[in-house]
Amino acid sequence: MKTKTTQQLEQQLTRHSKAAKLEIWGRTISLTALLLIVAVVVAIIGFVASKGIATFTSNHVNLWDFLTGKSWNPNITDANGKPEVGALPMIVGSFLITILSAIVATPFAIGTAVFMNEISPNRGAKILQPVTELLVGIPSVVYGFIGLSVVVPTTRAIFGGSGFGILSGTCVLFVMILPTVTSMSADALKSVPRYYREASLALGATQWQTIYKVVLRAATPGLMTAVVFGMARAFGEALAVQMVIGNAALMPNSLVSPSSTLTSVLTTGIGNTVMGSLQNNALWSLALVLLLMSLVFNLIIRLIGRKGRLQ
Amino acid sequence: MNSKKQNKIAIGALYGIAGLVVLILLALLGYILASGLPQLSWHFLTAPAKAFLKGGGVGVQLFNSFYLLILAMAISFPIALGAAIYLYEYARDNWVTTTIRTAIEILSSLPSVVVGLFGFLFFVVKLRLGFSILSGAFALTFFNLPLLTRSIEDSLRTIDLEQREGGLALGLSRWETITRVILPATVPSILTGVILSAGRVFGEAAALIYTAGQSAPALNFADWNPFNISSPLNPMRPAETLAVHIWKINSEGIMPDAKAISSGSSAVLIIAILLFNFAARYVGKRLYKRLTSA
Repeated sequence: MKTKTTQQLEQQLTRHSKAAKLEIWGRTISLTALLLIVAVVVAIIGFVASKGIATFTSNHVNLWDFLTGKSWNPNITDANGKPEVGALPMIVGSFLITILSAIVATPFAIGTAVFMNEISPNRGAKILQPVTELLVGIPSVVYGFIGLSVVVPTTRAIFGGSGFGILSGTCVLFVMILPTVTSMSADALKSVPRYYREASLALGATQWQTIYKVVLRAATPGLMTAVVFGMARAFGEALAVQMVIGNAALMPNSLVSPSSTLTSVLTTGIGNTVMGSLQNNALWSLALVLLLMSLVFNLIIRLIGRKGRLQ
Repeated sequence: MNSKKQNKIAIGALYGIAGLVVLILLALLGYILASGLPQLSWHFLTAPAKAFLKGGGVGVQLFNSFYLLILAMAISFPIALGAAIYLYEYARDNWVTTTIRTAIEILSSLPSVVVGLFGFLFFVVKLRLGFSILSGAFALTFFNLPLLTRSIEDSLRTIDLEQREGGLALGLSRWETITRVILPATVPSILTGVILSAGRVFGEAAALIYTAGQSAPALNFADWNPFNISSPLNPMRPAETLAVHIWKINSEGIMPDAKAISSGSSAVLIIAILLFNFAARYVGKRLYKRLTSA
């Protein structure tokens, strides 16, 4: 039988101290914040997916027709009474513009990164790095506006037509992803240990041989990550592209004819359709495609990272 | 061709590429500033926009941009701070943590238009907030959270393990160590990260066109009661920001001086981001000196 005093004593000893209470409180608060972010991610994916699937579940559009159909006219039904929701023009537009801008940007970005790191670190740190860092932060609408007032008229003057199209979009995206890819490539080159270069030079290799056969090889996973990251950014870019691509939901038959991307159709369309209608659901399906592609880019970056580590 | 010649040619080509890139980037900056600076005037920065006539300003849009920025930061900073603290100081290295990190990475790689569409669906439609500053601020929060969390976590990483051990050895709890020892030491770098992310939020438009809306009703700058509809502080009013304004007047094309207004607005955006960049460097250095008396 415990006396009253021992009971009190036990209580006193087993009770959380003030510091321990604070500790539990702080830990809970910070965990809540973290879980909140996770909840946001889950909610975004969940909401967009449930909306995007509605086209196929409640409007009974065939998934294959949606992905491969070439005419996008959600307001009109075709001869078989099915709505015309072929997303291929936008999907092709998005991929074309992403791949082209990455192809153009990669040599420039990696070349500049090599220059910054290997050839003239001094000038690199003084001029190139601050300039690229600053340009990473330029808002995309500003790129779009410059595309509209400089790139589009130039394309019009050279190739005729309206000047809107994939080519103008590629030019804008090229300049837009250039700083990002450059600074990420520079980071990748920076992480190559110094003794790799010293060993190569000591073997009698020239500077270019060292760069080409040693530094670039060692940094390949990092450089690939930089390029894929730039592609992901180009794929998801909405307003800058929307301003210069011409917004015609047609299969792009040339690089200078007006066309559209997933993002450009989304930005122009969502506000003009009624929630829950087929036209609106079809747009959400495009958003879902966009979301899935960004997950794929994420996966690729992860795979590259894992492979790079194993070597 | 011997390897020496090859070396010379390759190095020369790299000089050419780097020079070209610098040229492109400087031309870009130069164009924005050269075409935009002449448009700037006190009238331009303060007057409300005119839809069909020449001579409007961007006063309301500029205010909206800053107001949204402050609200978004006020919401996202505590969440990002908490999340970063848990991730770096508490979380064990297991599959749950890896999954959470992946989720944050996914959020940061989502196209901002998708984040904006989600904001539209959830806040504007489901929660019936309408096109409002509040919806916009939440959308910007989602856009900003992963970037800010990562930058704060990086700041925490720069603090030596000895600092934590020292705190614990003094008998402080982990939370006390974090709030009394670690966080004060990271203030300069956290602040730098916050200012830099503010620059990104300031220029964001795609996440806002369907959350904060594309209209800027006239504001009465004498009325600071947040419950009045024309008050600048009212968080329930639609609020077009500067970045959205540039997009909108260019895609609608009904404003006779759209080009001049866009040039001016672009210059304002660029200057704001330049200032954010310089401020980040300056404040970080200055605070570091003061706090560490180094």
